[in-house]
Amino acid sequence: MSRSAAPLHLAVALDGAGWHPAAWREPGVRPADLLGAPYWAALAAEAERGLLDFATIEDSLGLQSSLPTGPDGRTDQVRGRLDAVLTAARIAPLTKNLGLIPSAVVTHTEPFHLSKAVATLDHVSGGRAGMQVRVSGRQEEAAHFGRRRLPQVSLAELDSPAGQELLLELFGEAADYVEVLRRLWDSWEDDAEIRDVATGRFIDRDKLHYIDFTGRHFSVKGPSITPRPPQGQPVVAALAHAPVPFRLVATSADVGFVTPHDTAQAAEIVAEIRDQQEQAGRGGETVHLFADLVVFLDEEAGRAAERRARLDAALDAPYTSDAAIFAGTPAELADVLEDFAHSGLTGFRLRPATLPHDLARITDGLVPELQRRAAFRTAYEAGTLRGLLGLPRPANRYAAA
Amino acid sequence: MSKPRKQIHLAAHFPGVNNTTVWSDPAAGSQIGFSSFVHLARTAERAKFDFLFLAEGLRLREQGGRIHDLDVVGRPDTFTVLAALAAVTDRLGLAGTINSTFNEPYEVARQFASLDHLSAGRAAWNVVTSWDEFTGENFRRGGYLAREDRYERAAQFLTAVTVLLDSWRGDEIVADQESGTFLRDADAGQFAHRVAQFDISGHFNVPRSPQGRPVIFQAGDSEQGREFAASAADAIFTRHGTLEAGKAFYADVKGRLARYGRSPQELLILPGVTFVLGDTPSDAEEKARLVRRQQVSGPTAIAFLERVWNRDLSAYDPEGPLPDVEPLFDADPIVRGRADSRGQDQLETVARWRAVAEQDKLSIRELVIAETGRQSFVGTPQHVAQALDEFVQADASDGFILAPHLTPGGLDEFADTVVPLLQERGVFRTEYEGTTLRDHLGLAPLPVQDRADLSGAAS
Repeated sequence: MSRSAAPLHLAVALDGAGWHPAAWREPGVRPADLLGAPYWAALAAEAERGLLDFATIEDSLGLQSSLPTGPDGRTDQVRGRLDAVLTAARIAPLTKNLGLIPSAVVTHTEPFHLSKAVATLDHVSGGRAGMQVRVSGRQEEAAHFGRRRLPQVSLAELDSPAGQELLLELFGEAADYVEVLRRLWDSWEDDAEIRDVATGRFIDRDKLHYIDFTGRHFSVKGPSITPRPPQGQPVVAALAHAPVPFRLVATSADVGFVTPHDTAQAAEIVAEIRDQQEQAGRGGETVHLFADLVVFLDEEAGRAAERRARLDAALDAPYTSDAAIFAGTPAELADVLEDFAHSGLTGFRLRPATLPHDLARITDGLVPELQRRAAFRTAYEAGTLRGLLGLPRPANRYAAA
Repeated sequence: MSKPRKQIHLAAHFPGVNNTTVWSDPAAGSQIGFSSFVHLARTAERAKFDFLFLAEGLRLREQGGRIHDLDVVGRPDTFTVLAALAAVTDRLGLAGTINSTFNEPYEVARQFASLDHLSAGRAAWNVVTSWDEFTGENFRRGGYLAREDRYERAAQFLTAVTVLLDSWRGDEIVADQESGTFLRDADAGQFAHRVAQFDISGHFNVPRSPQGRPVIFQAGDSEQGREFAASAADAIFTRHGTLEAGKAFYADVKGRLARYGRSPQELLILPGVTFVLGDTPSDAEEKARLVRRQQVSGPTAIAFLERVWNRDLSAYDPEGPLPDVEPLFDADPIVRGRADSRGQDQLETVARWRAVAEQDKLSIRELVIAETGRQSFVGTPQHVAQALDEFVQADASDGFILAPHLTPGGLDEFADTVVPLLQERGVFRTEYEGTTLRDHLGLAPLPVQDRADLSGAAS
């Protein structure tokens, strides 16, 4: 499959001082600022300067850890973070075009609350909101809520029957959760507010709908307390590494983040998700598939690799990631992205190894390079995130045809 | 005259989902568009108000089994709007209602800690509880809480949130790039808390915020509510808009503080009030009459009557006399999703309304306007400024939470005319003196809890 003439979509994944664990020790980084609004506002402004489609903001319901199962007791890495939805809301009024996709854990939270939070992010940003669904299988995070026990399953055991059962439970719940989000966003028709002075009615209550969702983990009556957001339904994204999460992307998401390490793997992942999308009856819908890449970027040849080695030297072992790691020049990265795009990916979410350095090299190096190749926009062409991603505004499922 | 004049605290209540908010006026703007929130917040900040307040509801109100459609319906998520408003204001406190029944402490603690970081120390939380199954139908746990347990839930919820927030003392982040030490303390954020409502442990993941914890408000008037406020709140949001009721409430609540080792200035009493301004007293009265008619349309008058009578009265003419049918006190409440106002005084209310309507020859609508709609402060800016000042100096309150009847411009005139007069009287700030909401409210910075004390308190 060759890349169509459609330009690439580019996003940035924001997390702490960057994705490399030693990023906070780099010159130019002020690690004490990570919990302040100015830091996040500056990153969003930089991403918007580069005309990126959106920024994601990482989050979790526990302290960051180098271990998959629980806290690691380390004191040499960034620990502590802000709520991602609220961080996105804080930067929304300071940006105009950039999409804002905070991640949110769906395992312990209330779909009713998150639905209105993301709807409100869409209202305050004028239609630029999304959310990245995260599940949590960590026992430590479950204990923070004290309402549910999860079986202890190590990463290595994920393929075991117990591991698969846990994955199916968590991702099944996530699919239900997204269904509830979308129903609640639709629970107000767009023209429900009528302000009819003659009859004294503020709304036409026939245009508000109970969603009556009943599932294994929750039941939600509705309607939402928040009117339908500007985009109708904000954008739903999910990161996926394996068949069960691939299915969540295929059935429930508008954007999937995947982690191929070469183009052959990319083609396999794309084919698998497209197949599941077809089976889910969504073959006609646009579901973006973005590859995640950790990037070290410098204009000068060899410089990025040196920086990577220097950062790795601060760790016990070189940094590894679920995503492929790239270190090189913006032009070399542009080659890699174009190559990857031939396997059917529609965009890329770049995880800067360090912030703000590698984000700035994306905006002042990679983006102009892609523009020269006519592979990326030269101006924002839409005011909403759906507009930037070429996703239609969804019809309301409850509206009479 | 030896006593120094008390300084007044002022807050703006974003017009809510009840009939105080006049949506039918040509000047009434969007209740959901962000620009309305920006307008009110900037007006409040221009006028040097202490804070902006947002209420919350988690299920749309129903009457007679259908969604109530006569008042404003729909509002944003409290946290999300407050975080966005932090971007367009610098000093204004950002206060919101968050329910302790249909939330979990870990999430609420991280949301308030985040809001406090993102606003550089301006967050406040009005702690409310609900207990009803009706609201519970929107949440995982459903209606699990018995009515009599709601204050226990609220108190334990607030304690749990405090334990989480205090799990970071504020000095853990060293972030020394040279040595590679980010955290001074590998135990940062560690907590364990076990009480009847909660059994939680682990690590809290938001480091200590500028105020340490949000300013705590309590709304509610019951004996339990007053005691809860006296023990744990920084401010109490009351409904006592009259001088006499205000003085009695003020004396009662402030009198409870000593038992908790607190001084009277550690709990502010802030009634929610309404106002109408005019160029002359009669102009203000005329405007107030007009607003009351806007607030109580014919259908709204019938809806009010139905809540008192607890039965369908839709066949009655709002411009006609009161219904001769008897109220249905024993039936299920006709209204769901708002505080149940039925009680022993129901019979009394019906009897009084009948007597008033008879004596003054009032229609249903005229009666409802007369009985429910009166604004707290009506007059010229001079008159209102004086009345507000006298109210505070008489120890009927420490200030006011003003609920304008119009979105978003309902506070503009007050900011332009009454605030300068209060400043001239020397009872309201002309500039913000501090940066945090605690500063504005005259509350001392919170001491940092020793973690050893906390684990003792939690056991």
